[in-house]
Amino acid sequence: MAKNNERETKQHIKLGASDKLIRGFGYVMITIYCIACVLPFVMILSTSFTSESYIRRHGVTLIPKEFTTVAYKAVLQGSMIWKSYALTIVMTVCGTFLGLMIIAMTGYALQRKDYPFRNAISFYIYFTSLFSAGLVPYYLLMTQTYHLKNNYLAVFLPLLMNSWLIIMMKNFVKSIPYEITESGKIDGAGDMNIFVSLILPMLKPALATIGLFLALGYWNEWYNSSIFLSAKVEVKPLQYTLYEVVNKAASLRNSMAAQYVALDDTPTESIKMANAILATGPIIMVYPFVQKYFIGGITVGSVKG
Amino acid sequence: MISMKAAQKKKKKGFFYNLYKYRTLTLMCLPAIIFFFAFNYMPLPGLWVAFVNYNMKLGIFKSPFVGLKNFEFLATSGKLWVLTRNTLLYNLAFIILGNFFAVLVAILLNEMHSKYFKKVSQTVMLLPHFISQVLIGVLVYNLLNYDTGLVNVVLSGLGLEKWQPYADPKVWPYIIVIVSLWQSVGYDSIVYFAAICGIDAEMIEASKMDGANGFQRIRYIILPSLKPTIIILLLLAVGGIIKGNFGLFYNIIGNNSLLYETTDIIETFVYRSTMVEFNFSTASAVGLYQSIVGFVIVLAMNGLVKKIDPDYSLF
Repeated sequence: MAKNNERETKQHIKLGASDKLIRGFGYVMITIYCIACVLPFVMILSTSFTSESYIRRHGVTLIPKEFTTVAYKAVLQGSMIWKSYALTIVMTVCGTFLGLMIIAMTGYALQRKDYPFRNAISFYIYFTSLFSAGLVPYYLLMTQTYHLKNNYLAVFLPLLMNSWLIIMMKNFVKSIPYEITESGKIDGAGDMNIFVSLILPMLKPALATIGLFLALGYWNEWYNSSIFLSAKVEVKPLQYTLYEVVNKAASLRNSMAAQYVALDDTPTESIKMANAILATGPIIMVYPFVQKYFIGGITVGSVKG
Repeated sequence: MISMKAAQKKKKKGFFYNLYKYRTLTLMCLPAIIFFFAFNYMPLPGLWVAFVNYNMKLGIFKSPFVGLKNFEFLATSGKLWVLTRNTLLYNLAFIILGNFFAVLVAILLNEMHSKYFKKVSQTVMLLPHFISQVLIGVLVYNLLNYDTGLVNVVLSGLGLEKWQPYADPKVWPYIIVIVSLWQSVGYDSIVYFAAICGIDAEMIEASKMDGANGFQRIRYIILPSLKPTIIILLLLAVGGIIKGNFGLFYNIIGNNSLLYETTDIIETFVYRSTMVEFNFSTASAVGLYQSIVGFVIVLAMNGLVKKIDPDYSLF
């Protein structure tokens, strides 16, 4: 009896040891990864508050040195950043709302078991992610046929939806029992009525998740802008403005900053950083509140039902 | 009798009957149908541009037909091979290392005791996935550039020689793979973490009762339970192996031609040929090649997935 007890305790200790080892390894690894995730942001933030002359002498910093807000003043005093904010916010809000409506309607119709065209339409939508014409035919169509060069619609419209989001919505709607649609039918409601008054209220988590993906797509948009918006368009979406500032810092020095800062101490590096912070800040601030929807979406979206 | 009549009636329901009966549902799909027609199907005839010597004044269909000449040039110059090799190798590294680290992070996260630590670390790990690719480029540049980059600040602080990666094409495959992992591992681990959470808790309890230690638990219970998810996700990822992550490469490398040899993928070449050199015919030839190869690969992978588990197949 005593021997048995001893063996059990021994085992218990052994089990604890290997668990501790794994746990310790885990804490170290994950902490390192987390630091790596945050560190670059700290670098950008603190450098944006560091004087340009310090950056030129010593490089970027992780703690603000020779603290100054001159870079932010230079960027925020120009009207460009505000116009760019306004454009991006309008696009994000309108695009997310419109896209969500269309995606939710389509997702609902495509998972209705009694809808005879659901497979054909699903395939029609799905095929677009399997085969695409590529950049050149797309570019020529948008510019020569639709005449959307230098038109904000060329940036706004393509981000409204994609097949992946529609499939994700379809999977979400699937979790709502068909009986709910049926009960609506018995009460004599039309399909649109059923969708708006019975299904939509139950789709709130799905709408939050897919809305988040859409909003992120609009907020982080730079690709379509780089293709379709030339120098003729003055105001560009935020991320593409950042792209231009970063890649054409010289042109900025000549125009905007020069009005406010003495030419010999133009804060180009810190201006780049300040722009980066201003373009990313809002999304990082809302991020902790919305990331749970993100996690929900990844687990649903990874599997096609 | 009645049911037979109903069945007969059902059989008679033709296309137009359905079109009328389900008009509301069809109308609900209509905006999406129009959208995909306008932006995804309308460009398809434009693929013809790959077979002509494109002249902007004449348009796609009136430009002189040159057959496969655009492809011939790409194949004989070796350009197509280099682009394909770079794209495939990068994606292979992303897929293998990405999934390895995602599984590792998910398993370690599951072993954590503190709920608070789990939550906070998951939030932090997802952060890189939220930011724009433009910012990724900014971050990499400020970490690595010769004059002000953080790495060189640290190196010179330690009295070591500075590092000049922007002139050295050999180091970029490593840098790009690391950046890609940095951005995607947290995100990818969520799927695996969810799969681990779905493992029957009783099975894990039973293994503990039987005296299995932590390593044995991972080796004999968690990993086998994850195996189907890992295989499916790997196969689906391989389906997209010839499609590159344009934003990542373009924002990190930009137009630094010194580094093209090791960092030029199909997407960046097509983009440059189109937007900078206006060489539409060459660019579209590469694009069409990529689309066709990609289509074949994704069909093959989907076939494999279907054999393993029909629930996960894409179509």
